[in-house]
Amino acid sequence: MTNAMELYQLLPKTNCKECGKTSCMAFAVALLARELTVDACPPLKNEPKFKENYEKLKERVSPAEGATETGLIVHEELCFGCGNCVVACPVNVANDPYGVGSGNAPKDEKKLILSIEDGIVRAKNVDECRRFGKNKILCTGCIVTCPVEAIEFVV
Amino acid sequence: MLSEGEQMEKEYYVCTGCGLLCEDIETELEKRAISKVYTACRVGVAHMKENPGTAKFWVEGKNTDEATAIGKAAALLKAAKNPLIFGLDNSTNEAQKKAIELAKKLNATLDDSSSFSFGPLMAALLQKKFKTCSLDEVRDKADVSVFWGADPSDSHPRQLSKFAYFPRGKEKQRGWEEERTAIAIDIRKTHTAKICGNEFYQVPLGGDAEFMEALIAGLSGKLPKTSYKYPPKKLLELANLLKAAKFGVIFVGQDLLYSLETLAPLFRLMDTLNEKAKGDFFLIPLLEAYNMRGFNENLFEETGFVNRVKFEAGSVKHGPEYSVVESLKAKAVDAALIIGSDPLANLPYSIIKELLEIPLITIDPCETLTSKKAQVSIRSGVSGVEAGGSALRIDGVRVAFKPVFESKCPSDEEILLKIMEAF
Repeated sequence: MTNAMELYQLLPKTNCKECGKTSCMAFAVALLARELTVDACPPLKNEPKFKENYEKLKERVSPAEGATETGLIVHEELCFGCGNCVVACPVNVANDPYGVGSGNAPKDEKKLILSIEDGIVRAKNVDECRRFGKNKILCTGCIVTCPVEAIEFVV
Repeated sequence: MLSEGEQMEKEYYVCTGCGLLCEDIETELEKRAISKVYTACRVGVAHMKENPGTAKFWVEGKNTDEATAIGKAAALLKAAKNPLIFGLDNSTNEAQKKAIELAKKLNATLDDSSSFSFGPLMAALLQKKFKTCSLDEVRDKADVSVFWGADPSDSHPRQLSKFAYFPRGKEKQRGWEEERTAIAIDIRKTHTAKICGNEFYQVPLGGDAEFMEALIAGLSGKLPKTSYKYPPKKLLELANLLKAAKFGVIFVGQDLLYSLETLAPLFRLMDTLNEKAKGDFFLIPLLEAYNMRGFNENLFEETGFVNRVKFEAGSVKHGPEYSVVESLKAKAVDAALIIGSDPLANLPYSIIKELLEIPLITIDPCETLTSKKAQVSIRSGVSGVEAGGSALRIDGVRVAFKPVFESKCPSDEEILLKIMEAF
């Protein structure tokens, strides 16, 4: 998985502040948190000497396209709907303790992140995910409980 | 929380895809077919949505109507001196009881798939030779679950998320990381073993009985020894883990039963665990067909045996010679009624070739290899989708279900009743 330092190495490292951040490192962190895109760095985008790095960075971030805002990807061909992730997800448990938290069908679907439809896990309400937003943490509840590695987080 | 009105709208159905009988399945219908299934695993979705029931009513290769097929089936059965009735593990309790009644009337041999899988264990269970508990108790109380020769992640996909490991239960509120341990003992790293992480104990092929004896030694404070030199330290760690359990469950899979020559080591292990562990230890067989437990219990109630019976003028005979395999091998049966099973696909050729020599009748929602070769094929409704009834979950809890939509297809029970009326 990509980290902020790896992204920083590909930036101009001039701390020009044109992106609105105080330093290139801050920009790298914002890039990782998906607050900004690669195009938000004007020198990287416009100056020919950074072209190679610009393309590399684009490539690094590209797997996240098509993923949810938290970078969650479900490999549908692997998932068989056992529901381990649905029941183990701490946010699901907190928001629906007597439904999915107790191993049953959802009782309150409004704030669930994961649920099973047609035998495959579907992600929704991802803004509730503990990997999302400013206070995000590296929760692995849905990854470690999957027997077939059908859930992946990408940057 | 949902308003009362919204909660009222939810209608749950039972999935009869495996022995767990999940009773919390929601569906969406479109043009008299299920278009969407919620909460069920892929096994359930395949069973409920992608299984339209492909069998037809036919007699000797020609499509016909229900009455003709049933009439022909009744005639073939009536003409037989010693018919075989086999299957019924994927039928409702009501159909199973009708089949027992029919077997009595015909002086038939009656058997099911437990004959070559869970039969001895189910007989011991119903004779109360070991402690067993319900899956709801497992969810509410269990702190140690052992999967031995079983891979519920593949065979019963929701077993871990609905009962055994991940859900919060009444006395298990702090979650699986803190309060539960899952242990897998198997010959290969299965999907379930992957979830168990470090608590996976790999035994060599056929090494289960020896592993049990070593574990009993470890539990009794002796040095656990095995001929395949399993690390004694790891075995003692497992013994200590089991000893500390307040509510332990062993889920026994078919692979363990095939590995054991007798069940005696398993019973000794259960006794030792109950003696040495902090709390109680229970055993639940992981039956695969959705109502195998129902067949075993219904027949046990009626005859005192779980399978392999022959009815004869009011009396019941029981023994290996009345099993599906032995009775076919000995050419003792002269017609076969196969209900919800596909022996031609499951049994060895040396056995099934005998099945092709005698009149064959199938009752099944799906077209199977057996129904293709049968003289009479009768299309029944898919349980829980087109037909209602009740079944026993793997832990013996009775689950009643209604059809998702009304269908013209008769249930197994109705077909058996019509066959009896046609005599």
